[in-house]
Amino acid sequence: MWQGFLQIGLTLLILVAITPFLGRYITRVFLQQKTLLDPIIKPVERVIYGLGGVRAKEEMTDWQYVQAVLYSNLVMGIFVFLIFMFQGILPLNPTNLSAPSWDLALHTAISFTTNTNQQHYSGETTFSYASQMLALGFLMFTSAATGLAVGIAFIRGLTGRPLGNFYVDLTVSITRILLPISIVGAVLLLIAGVPETLNGPVSAITLEGATQYIARGPVAHFEIIKQLGENGGGFFGINSAHPFENPNAFTNLIEIIAMVCIPAALIYTYGVFANNTKQALLLFWMVFIIFVILVGISAVGEYQGNPLVNSILGAEEPNLEGKEVRFGWAETALWAVLTTGTMCGAVNGMHDSLMPTGEFSTLFNLFLQIIWGGQGTGTAYLFIYLILTVFLTGLMVGRTPEFLGRKIEKREIVLASVILLVHPIFVLIPSAITLAFPNTLAGITNPGFHGISQVVYEYASASANNGSGFEGLQDATPWWNLTTSISLLAGRYIPIIALLLLADSMAHKQPVPETAGTLRTDSLLFTSITAGVILILGVLTFFPVLALGPIAEAFKIASGQ
Amino acid sequence: MDSANPTSPKPPRPRSGGPRDSRKHTPKVNKKGLYQRAVKDAFVKLNPRQMLKNPVMFLVWVGTIITALMTIDPNLFGPTQGNNPRVFNGLITLILFFTVVFANFAEAVAEGRGKAQADALRSTKSDITARKLLPDGSTAEVSSTTLHRGDLVKVVAGDIIPADGEVMAGVASVDESAITGESAPVLKETGSDVASSVTSGTRIISDELTIRITSDPGKGFIDRMIALVEGAERAKTPNEIALTVLLAVLTLVFLFVVATLPTIANYVGSPISVAVLIALLVALIPTTIGGLLSAIGIAGMDRVAQFNVIATSGRAVEACGDINTLVLDKTGTITLGNRLAEEFIPVNSHSMQDMANVALMASVFDETPEGKSIVRLAEKLDARVNFDKSQAEGIEFSAKTRMSGTNLPDGNEVRKGAVDAIKGFVRSRNGRSTSELDAAYERVSRLGGTPLAVALNDDIYGVIYLKDIVKPGIRDRFDQLRRMGVRTIMLTGDNRITASVIAQEAGVDDFIAEATPEDKIEVIHREQAQGKLVAMTGDGTNDAPALAQANVGVAMNTGTQAAKEAANMVDLDSDPTKLIDIVAIGKQLLITRGALTTFSIANDIAKYFAIIPVIFVSARLESLNVMNLTSTSSAVLSALIYNALIIPALIPLALTGVKFRPLTANQLLQRNILIYGLGGVVAPFIAIKVIDIAITAVRLA
Repeated sequence: MWQGFLQIGLTLLILVAITPFLGRYITRVFLQQKTLLDPIIKPVERVIYGLGGVRAKEEMTDWQYVQAVLYSNLVMGIFVFLIFMFQGILPLNPTNLSAPSWDLALHTAISFTTNTNQQHYSGETTFSYASQMLALGFLMFTSAATGLAVGIAFIRGLTGRPLGNFYVDLTVSITRILLPISIVGAVLLLIAGVPETLNGPVSAITLEGATQYIARGPVAHFEIIKQLGENGGGFFGINSAHPFENPNAFTNLIEIIAMVCIPAALIYTYGVFANNTKQALLLFWMVFIIFVILVGISAVGEYQGNPLVNSILGAEEPNLEGKEVRFGWAETALWAVLTTGTMCGAVNGMHDSLMPTGEFSTLFNLFLQIIWGGQGTGTAYLFIYLILTVFLTGLMVGRTPEFLGRKIEKREIVLASVILLVHPIFVLIPSAITLAFPNTLAGITNPGFHGISQVVYEYASASANNGSGFEGLQDATPWWNLTTSISLLAGRYIPIIALLLLADSMAHKQPVPETAGTLRTDSLLFTSITAGVILILGVLTFFPVLALGPIAEAFKIASGQ
Repeated sequence: MDSANPTSPKPPRPRSGGPRDSRKHTPKVNKKGLYQRAVKDAFVKLNPRQMLKNPVMFLVWVGTIITALMTIDPNLFGPTQGNNPRVFNGLITLILFFTVVFANFAEAVAEGRGKAQADALRSTKSDITARKLLPDGSTAEVSSTTLHRGDLVKVVAGDIIPADGEVMAGVASVDESAITGESAPVLKETGSDVASSVTSGTRIISDELTIRITSDPGKGFIDRMIALVEGAERAKTPNEIALTVLLAVLTLVFLFVVATLPTIANYVGSPISVAVLIALLVALIPTTIGGLLSAIGIAGMDRVAQFNVIATSGRAVEACGDINTLVLDKTGTITLGNRLAEEFIPVNSHSMQDMANVALMASVFDETPEGKSIVRLAEKLDARVNFDKSQAEGIEFSAKTRMSGTNLPDGNEVRKGAVDAIKGFVRSRNGRSTSELDAAYERVSRLGGTPLAVALNDDIYGVIYLKDIVKPGIRDRFDQLRRMGVRTIMLTGDNRITASVIAQEAGVDDFIAEATPEDKIEVIHREQAQGKLVAMTGDGTNDAPALAQANVGVAMNTGTQAAKEAANMVDLDSDPTKLIDIVAIGKQLLITRGALTTFSIANDIAKYFAIIPVIFVSARLESLNVMNLTSTSSAVLSALIYNALIIPALIPLALTGVKFRPLTANQLLQRNILIYGLGGVVAPFIAIKVIDIAITAVRLA
């Protein structure tokens, strides 16, 4: 048991150690200060700006930024959709795969454009190497960079700066953050045994004399950006549980750190932008503590195992159903909580097989969206909660609420409310419709309370742009492809628009100087209150489905039925 | 510096009540029948068109109607199980109905207090006959309601002044007790800044005046006051609007949560009746703050009005809470209005007796309190007037010359005034100033007094020490303000030394000496450029631009019409210190709103724990029923009854406001989050359990 918790503890220690360094580096990149990579990257960027016709010095207004995000994402989505539809005649197709169904192609294109990577297919049997590398791999960089750009633009606005230029932010996110880390990471993965080849599957003769085809491909470079960009779309159907994606404990560690490092560092980046690292550290530890609690209850749940199974075994065994033995209960629980928290969505075990405490934690993460949160957007959501907390409790100090010296008025509340509303609407409503027709629409494989978790999880994963699946759900149907596409789009672009408008309106406010009468948001007290508000707003909204899903399931298992 | 002024009085001030209670003397408000009227209004407000203004309570009202229909036909939305759904639905309907009525009642009580005040004001304003001066000089009797801006009217002793106006001719005393509550009559005359404006509804008790009307019918001062306290023109403040939006969004979120629940619950075989769903929805949406929000706003305006201050908008009251800087005049605000002559300091080897004589000669025509005190002090020193007063000529003080005095019948000139000015006067007559004079000047300044030099022709006789008395307790108030993060800036015409002494004694953060009216607006601009919100008081016409520029400008009622129009508040008592209290009222209003919002949302946790575990039968969530409530129906009813009763229970708090303490923001947050946040989590657990026990005891469910 202690070995498991030690693994978790050491991993978190590495995270705590690297956060300030990466956070400072990201700040330098986006404040356009000198960095080590300048001599190599500057000329490359100049070429990119030249080819793209980007006027790098030009600042964008909120709507210009929004338009840039929407148009660029639309163009990329259409481009990728076309690659899917024509993959049969495109090169790099050693297994001669034909085009997938239009609804699957559409869902996949949207899912990868929105940085979600929800997959209703198995990569090795659906997409050619061209589709995997040129379409999916391409979007893994650009969608992550889009999120990062929006997150940075939001932080800029919040701290009173102009929003910046989307195309520049998009470019430097890739050239200076995602690409350099990916290259190092991919080489490490290669060394640790992850394949990188354009050759087709290997055929082998098994002991029984049957022929077995073993899928492989350009995995290593795909794998690292999948983790680093909070993408999560596996090269293979079973994602990071596959021995070619994640062969051993070392790759597992690299992939875990890659998954969480940028969202955690962005909190620190905010601190440098706002010249208030104290607040950044308080927020970091707030998220960290909530995260550790969720990991804790999940890990304990997995460690204790399923009492129904254990009573048959006559021994206390951890729950290893749906897990890779090379990772064990601890690293699977840590990964499950982290992948749902960071909106990565890669899995190294089947979430469908988690104990109810693990189901609860993963769903809870998808509902809150800030326990590290998605690339860029997660940090922005964190500040939306902060703004809401300031507004709700800030009145109690006898001043109209202000955050970083800027008054929070109707416009800000309307925009924050939009973000607050999107998630319940695009999770609860489609879930309710789907559950109303369990036989025709849902495709639930495990009826009862667990079935509710399966359905709600799928929509929550889509709307939160997470992309992990509860699996067990038969989701490759037009109904699932199309309805989750709506949740994907709404969960991505409505909040992005609201965030950018909110950031811009904050940037244009005259800051009020701080006095003894100003509510300090960088105190332990206020951070604790924020944690309370996050839990109340998040839990209150989703408490009924949590009660009918994992909580009811937990009681059912506990009662021995 | 306290030792330099041993007489500086600092009597212990009773903490409770403070200075506010002593000033409540608005026209007597008739509170009789207030509650009966409020009960009636609570039902009148059930009109759906009125209910729409409050989205949260409107939803409860819709829920009431649906459950009422379900009481008549329990199977309206499909067959239901359970014994006696009719009684259960009926009880829910009743509780929801009372929830709405309680919320309406809260608003009606708050409005009722304003209306009562408006009635009291309206009684001063009846349709009266006015003597309108026609262009040809004759007068015509017209109704006061036909008077327009620019008309001239004549009023004589005994008349009620028909409309707001400015005195064009005449001197008269006017009884303004109808609006200020001050019984001593006020002298009104033409020309002077402060004394030339008259208010409709006040009574002229001697002599006669010609007045030029400055307001159109229905737009006068009293009309504005009535409209404001009555709430007729009550527009929601920006903060109130933002909060309403957030409450509406929370309501919408819970609407989605509850609306999607049936199919999810059906899927696991735990169907929930529509009545229970509505009960859950009403329990979750923020009804407490939704029901009390408007009452808090109205009560805040009302508190300002009780304080004898008329605010032109709720926005102004709210802005008071945000004030960063107070710009205060020294005289009348920080020090007692009248400086008194304390001592004569003869210089240039003149005797005390000579000095007293000259001082007396210079002041015989001076009618200001300062002048009179000089006369008194001189007479105490046996100085006598030794010339024919009727032959002499008094020289009035002017801001330009900065001195006053007397031209004696024998051609001699005596002057007193600012030391610089007198030096100049003497120099122009080939006299000279001495270092002895400068020493006396400095001595007086260092004591915080105002030095006035006295001269006879080319000879300076000495310096009069005019003593300024810092108001008792003012230092404490500035300390409180500082703790709240409000900076105070004192403006004074005094020289730098005097100003710094007074500033130190009073405990202001900054001061501006030898200030002109232009400096006032300069200071405001400077502070606002740093993003600060500034409040100030003023009364003169030359204060009007600064009053308009300040975020909160409080005009004195004795001030000119221009000042009153530029300000966003008018203090009927003309007490500039009140600005400090108004800041506290603004903060109190915001704190009350925040406290009840926090309380309301924190309550939801307990309501969830009461309702969710018992309504999903098949999910067997009994262990979540931490309150151990008896049954499904008793749990739902207890949560709803709590939800309804908490509104009237909090009405007193909404009306009187959360007690304000001058603490720093962090201390306030800590205190209030403990009471209203943590209290909001814990209190309903206890209350719902108690109600559940009571319900079970009477076998209601």
